[in-house]
Amino acid sequence: MYRYDEFDTDFVSARVEQFTDQVRRRLAGDLDEEQFKPLRLMNGVYLQLHAYMLRVAIPYGTLNGAQMRKLAYVARTYDRGYGHFTTRQNIQFNWPRLKDIPAILEELATVEMHAIQTSGNCIRNVTADHFSAAAADEILDPRPYAEILRQWSSLHPEFSFLPRKFKIAVTGAPHDRAAVQVHDIGLQAKRDADGNVGFTVFVGGGLGRTPMIARKVRDFLPEEDLLAYCEAILRVYNRYGRRDNKYKARIKILVHETGVETLKADIEREFEEIRHGVLRLPQDEIDRITDYFAAPPFDADADDGSLDRASAADPALAAFVERNLHAHKAPGYASVTISLKPIGKAPGDATADQMDAVAALAERYGHDEIRVSHEQNLVLPHVRKADVPAIFEGLKAAGLAEANAGLVTDIIACPGMDFCALATARSIPVAQRISERFGTPERQRDIGDLKIKISGCINACGHHHVGHIGILGVEKKGEEYYQITLGGSGDENSSIGEIIGRGFSYDDVVDAVETLVDTYIGLRETPQEDFLAAYRRVGDAPFKEALYGTA
Amino acid sequence: MAAQLYKDGGFVADDWRHLGDDDLLPEAGAVILPLARFLESVATAPASLKLAVLLRAADDPDALAPHLSRLELIAVDFAKFSDGRGYSTARLLCRRHGFDGELRAVGDVLLDQIPLMRRCGFTAFEIVHAPTRRALEAGHNVEVPLYLQPAERAGERPAGARAWARRPAASPV
Repeated sequence: MYRYDEFDTDFVSARVEQFTDQVRRRLAGDLDEEQFKPLRLMNGVYLQLHAYMLRVAIPYGTLNGAQMRKLAYVARTYDRGYGHFTTRQNIQFNWPRLKDIPAILEELATVEMHAIQTSGNCIRNVTADHFSAAAADEILDPRPYAEILRQWSSLHPEFSFLPRKFKIAVTGAPHDRAAVQVHDIGLQAKRDADGNVGFTVFVGGGLGRTPMIARKVRDFLPEEDLLAYCEAILRVYNRYGRRDNKYKARIKILVHETGVETLKADIEREFEEIRHGVLRLPQDEIDRITDYFAAPPFDADADDGSLDRASAADPALAAFVERNLHAHKAPGYASVTISLKPIGKAPGDATADQMDAVAALAERYGHDEIRVSHEQNLVLPHVRKADVPAIFEGLKAAGLAEANAGLVTDIIACPGMDFCALATARSIPVAQRISERFGTPERQRDIGDLKIKISGCINACGHHHVGHIGILGVEKKGEEYYQITLGGSGDENSSIGEIIGRGFSYDDVVDAVETLVDTYIGLRETPQEDFLAAYRRVGDAPFKEALYGTA
Repeated sequence: MAAQLYKDGGFVADDWRHLGDDDLLPEAGAVILPLARFLESVATAPASLKLAVLLRAADDPDALAPHLSRLELIAVDFAKFSDGRGYSTARLLCRRHGFDGELRAVGDVLLDQIPLMRRCGFTAFEIVHAPTRRALEAGHNVEVPLYLQPAERAGERPAGARAWARRPAASPV
């Protein structure tokens, strides 16, 4: 993984000093809250419903054991003993005190971590496929490019006061696990016939109040042009993006209102001006950064058959293997998904002890590497299959062995009204109730692949628009009310879910989900036809009828 | 009233005066005009009157291209510090159009934004915010003096192997 050199270390230390000074000037009254707000947001500090929240960056979701232990330490020392992993591969702490935040940042800096640009109207943490460098279907590791983008975008002098936040995601596999088409810029890395690296570039995706799938603006952008092209996009956005209404300020609205062809022409014109300039990436620099991400040496005898034997004897292990192992490019290896969705618990939460346990497993069995997935789970990307039974035992001891990756209980949910000042409804308790309703192993596995995503307000942090079943909590006449969408998807065949009909009360929404699931079970052609495929085949009519009757 | 113009490390007297759309043009002196008025006055103004221009956030710097060689000063207005269009305006003026006169940030100019403005090519700042003024007078530095992207500020030098990393001109190694 990427390691800081002296420059990076000095950069992060100087940033901690700068923010410490900003906090001091805020407390002294030299900065009012309006002036301080963008400064603290650019350092991941939100003012939530009950307290400040600190969001720590985990660039492209990659971290090592020492970093995970440091997060555990922060959770234990400065928070209430847990942290919450987010859909943008970061972690947030919900209960730090403002005066402690400089000290937390100093602690994080000792393990090459920071909170830079995890919030605010700037370029946010760059995300990537959580199975990068491991997945069997991967063409190339997207993280070196994510790292180059991370560096270039850090404290960018021109792009720190954008109309709105700006999110970039990169994937290097044909099956898109990074949801690049619902980002402001989505990059799909690939190779041309001669083996040259380039990117399909998508612009203007996003969820929120006005969900949109990104539009393709380049089929193959050569890698050396990556920064110049992104700068061109950002400059066009910074100059022309709307600033009169924060809900219409994302680049997706600019794409929509200007028209993709016109905007593309603007971007290309800007790009032509700068493409041969200082931002052109030298190949030796790309290679130097790429070397940091070299895969660990893989053993030839990583699968001695012991996993198969152990699975045959232990149905719980067999279920874990079936759901939580992902095909690895090296023979005998697998990537293990560590579910942060134990039945009935808040999605994405991990206690300090659990973080330490994961760190220990990564150090012992996983080449000291951990990933955070945008589905709010953790991943050990490189493990020997022979070690899986031991890892499973370790996860069981930590309460992290739920065999539900990709199943109905592997729910994405935003913090909702339990934490967030914007929320209009609870989302975590809805996730917990759904999880309990479908929680038996047999039932989950019978239902098969199903992504449920829950947002507690129209800002859509729970990505409900791209849930196979999406749930949006709103407030209606003082009551929480839940709207259901069907057919959303955030992969290479992205689609925005359609509202099925009138919403449901907090009490009734779980029954409604169960009706939808039962309807699917009744109409699927084979158990292999998953919910989304069945919905795409039959449309919404049978689901509508099941929910609302034929009248 | 004390000088508001911060330049070259100190507050200095300002020879220029801002004029609005309806203010009468004087016969002599040095005035800063909004873009539209500048464009309509530039050909007819008396030789004794020096003109500069104020670009608002939505103004297109390309409109100044025919006049840049004769302009000593361009002011860029930050009506709200949170509106970042002026940063792009500055970079376009400096890099695209090669403007090398005084580039002045005016309006809601605050301490924490000045380092970013400098890197985009601003060389002068009109300061009205009292805590910012105090901090500048005290030489209070809030900058992260390591940069991860090339920019317009004069004298920045490459730092290490990375093509995109820079250090400020004056910093000790």
